Amino acid sequence: MKNIPVSTTINGDPIEFLCGPDETLLEVLRNRLGLTGAKEGCGTGDCGACSVTLNGRLVCSCLVLGAEAEGGEISTVEGLAAGDALHPLQQAFIDHAALQCGVCTPGILVAAKSLLDKNPNPTETEIRYWLAGNLCRCTGYDKIIKAVQIAAEEMRSA
Amino acid sequence: MALDSQAKKVFKQVGTRPRRPDGVDKVTGRAMYGADATAPGMLFARVLRSPHAHAVIKSIDASAALAQKGVKAVVTSADFGVPEDLFIRDVQDNCMARGKVLYDGHAVAAVAAVSDAVAKQALKLIKVDYQVLPHVTDVDEAMKPGAPVVQQGRTEENVGPGFSENVTTYCEFGHGDLVAGFAKADRILERSFKTAATHQGYIEPHACLASVTSDGKADLWCCTQGQFHVRNVCAEIMGMESSQLRVTASEIGGGFGGKTTVFIEPVALALSRKTGRPVKMVMSREEVFRATGPTVSSSMDVKIGMTRDGRITAAEAHLRYQGGAFPTGTVTMGGQSAFAAYDLEAVRTYGWNVMTNRPKEAAYRAPGAPMAIYAVESVVDEFCQHFGLDPLDVRLMNAAKKGTRSSYGPTFDAIGLIATLEAAKAHPHYTAPLGPNQGRGLSCGFWFNFGGNTCVTLNVNSDGTIGVTEGNPDIGGSRASISLMAAEELGIPYDKVRTIVADTNSIGYNDITDGSRVTFSVGLATIQSARNAIKVMCARAAKIWGIDEDAVIWEDGAAKPSGPNAGDFEPMTLAEIAAVSAETGGPIAGHHEVNADGAGVSFGVHLADVEVDPETGATKVLRYTVFQDAGRAVHPDYVEGQMQGGAAQGIGWALNEEYIYGKDGRLQNAGFLDYRVPVASDLPNIDTVILEIPNPGHPYGVRGVGETPIVPPLAALSNAVSRAVGVRMHELPMSPPKLLKAMNGKG
Ligand code: FES
Ligand code: FES
Repeated sequence: MKNIPVSTTINGDPIEFLCGPDETLLEVLRNRLGLTGAKEGCGTGDCGACSVTLNGRLVCSCLVLGAEAEGGEISTVEGLAAGDALHPLQQAFIDHAALQCGVCTPGILVAAKSLLDKNPNPTETEIRYWLAGNLCRCTGYDKIIKAVQIAAEEMRSA
Repeated sequence: MALDSQAKKVFKQVGTRPRRPDGVDKVTGRAMYGADATAPGMLFARVLRSPHAHAVIKSIDASAALAQKGVKAVVTSADFGVPEDLFIRDVQDNCMARGKVLYDGHAVAAVAAVSDAVAKQALKLIKVDYQVLPHVTDVDEAMKPGAPVVQQGRTEENVGPGFSENVTTYCEFGHGDLVAGFAKADRILERSFKTAATHQGYIEPHACLASVTSDGKADLWCCTQGQFHVRNVCAEIMGMESSQLRVTASEIGGGFGGKTTVFIEPVALALSRKTGRPVKMVMSREEVFRATGPTVSSSMDVKIGMTRDGRITAAEAHLRYQGGAFPTGTVTMGGQSAFAAYDLEAVRTYGWNVMTNRPKEAAYRAPGAPMAIYAVESVVDEFCQHFGLDPLDVRLMNAAKKGTRSSYGPTFDAIGLIATLEAAKAHPHYTAPLGPNQGRGLSCGFWFNFGGNTCVTLNVNSDGTIGVTEGNPDIGGSRASISLMAAEELGIPYDKVRTIVADTNSIGYNDITDGSRVTFSVGLATIQSARNAIKVMCARAAKIWGIDEDAVIWEDGAAKPSGPNAGDFEPMTLAEIAAVSAETGGPIAGHHEVNADGAGVSFGVHLADVEVDPETGATKVLRYTVFQDAGRAVHPDYVEGQMQGGAAQGIGWALNEEYIYGKDGRLQNAGFLDYRVPVASDLPNIDTVILEIPNPGHPYGVRGVGETPIVPPLAALSNAVSRAVGVRMHELPMSPPKLLKAMNGKG
């Protein structure tokens, strides 16, 4: 099978890559582009560890083909901080111990940011349902939910 | 080492909540986990797994796979020797089936190829001729004479007659006169319970990168809870000397006990040796479920006698655990922990470990304890309902305390069970009103906690900063706790310390990160390393001042003359001493090597409120509070994190999680869609109350905290459900259809 040339914008940078027709966006990010922040926890859309946004929409990159990203804008966890300055969500996750092993963290941060982009003032229940597609096996979610609430508050008052 | 004589009471930094050192790496996606490493010329490996629960491998033909372009090598059990050591042989046979496949998902061959896609393709071209054998996956069935035998010749002598060869070991614990004890009871209850096997469910699948060179050296990068264990096992399997195999632990994406063993590393090493190239091997989620350690499933009988005012007069449990296709020892810990929370005159536990055609069990957070304690705590709760007694009062009346002869032998030193129960009783949660279809349950939990072999090196850099080198993978923030203890002991700020987890060639042997041992043992070794470095620094100051070493003391991060008689010198700070170390004798360091004992046991109590939907049988957890004795909470955020995470896993175990096998002996739910772990919307906030009853065996009083919290949720939820709907479940998980059936059956 012949590889397909794909042009995208990733975290604001123009990026071109070649990928197989059956290669997932997650495989492209991790294996071809060295963006290993997105993780493969399941490869079947059930854990959210591979979460990125494609054209502003939160997706499981393990369920998107690399070729589908043609012309698209992709944001990954690597693009969350502005240079040295961490995103308020990133800072809140560190300050409030919202990670233990941290392998779910990239996906959860991307998903939480996509929530706050749409809804800057979500209720606890809204956060819990929005993040229901992102498994965390370490924390019991308690500190994650609180960190998202704290970051949201900070972003609203900024 | 009279550590307790040097016990510290007042802390400046321990107990605070500074930022963890690996935080930024982990929120920016920079942290390197098992599957994130690459090497030049790297090949990708995939494993072919058995579709049968039990079968003889008659032949394997890999010629078509090898003929495929891009395929570089295939390995099967023929590429490995037969280790003499039985433990090592079992690990190897689990990594690659020899002669027989023992469970659905057992590895039979592996391919290394230029890409993952080519490797996957090649698996389909390997022809395996199987002769299918009868199989058994249920523990009670497996014990019966005449059951299909998983492995022959593995039964130990003390297993009595009347069982199949699948029963491998037997154990018995306890003391006192059961007959006399039961005779004193006003009522005796005998109940039977079953719990399903559950998986640790770490989000990061097993992954490694192996690189063997032609001069016999090798480097192995892998996600593991114990790089030294991996090194020892792999070196033995590969016939290498330990020093030639350097194992580096990646950041680890969860383990919970499931990464204390070896599943893929020897196979990757063998492929690398055969191809002369680095080989990366990553498991799929399906492989994780089918071929790595779930916990045991159990079948248990509990008999307890109680007086009508709530005193337990005698207690007995029979525990049968299946641990998959290889002998395991987990029932021992179940037998020891079943009644640990109680001060009993007459108590006995009997346990049997059983093999079945399932993946080899691996440790899962307090292995063996949750199910046994679930059964015991369910029966105690039924007594409370029957006699109309307050369940916390009954626990308090029977609680183990300092001086109690534990149900497994040792006499307890200072323990926190009573304080924990009292905290639960005083908490507003305990008396909050409940609505219709709602119930409140509680349970005690217990774990022993381990110490073990530990090495730490603490280097004093010439700019006055500290590098701590330890050898235990950081699973939930331990580097922060280790840095805190170093800073506390040295009297310098936390951010002057950086703690790293070293590879197997950079520090001496460390036991696995397990048994909740790291904050305890590595902490103890760090404190001792700091004390050793302080000794050196005091000597250097003495040399500079021209006074006796004994006349120098260490206070607030500086050397000082011990009193006016010692001389009149300005204190020298750590940084000042470090800056001139080259002139006073060279670099300054402290280190400590120990096989630590004195890990204090940890007790917890959980309160759970649930609501059961009468239409569907679905149970919703409304409120949850964890009370636990941490001895000393070094970094309270991560102590709470352990308590919350353990509770969430226990809730999953109680309500939803289970390994489901079909009649064909194949696992039917090998994915997160059908094996349902709790998601954010399933859970409420999990409140935590940390008790601190110092462990006399640690200079700061630390107890392990990681495992105890998975124990109580099983019974706490079952007890809550029983009070919500008036039906007591004797089987976990209490999935909606099962619960609905029980509710409808009560008439
Ligand atoms: S890896 Fe994509 S959802 Fe799990
Ligand atoms: S922090 Fe480990 S899975 Fe979320």
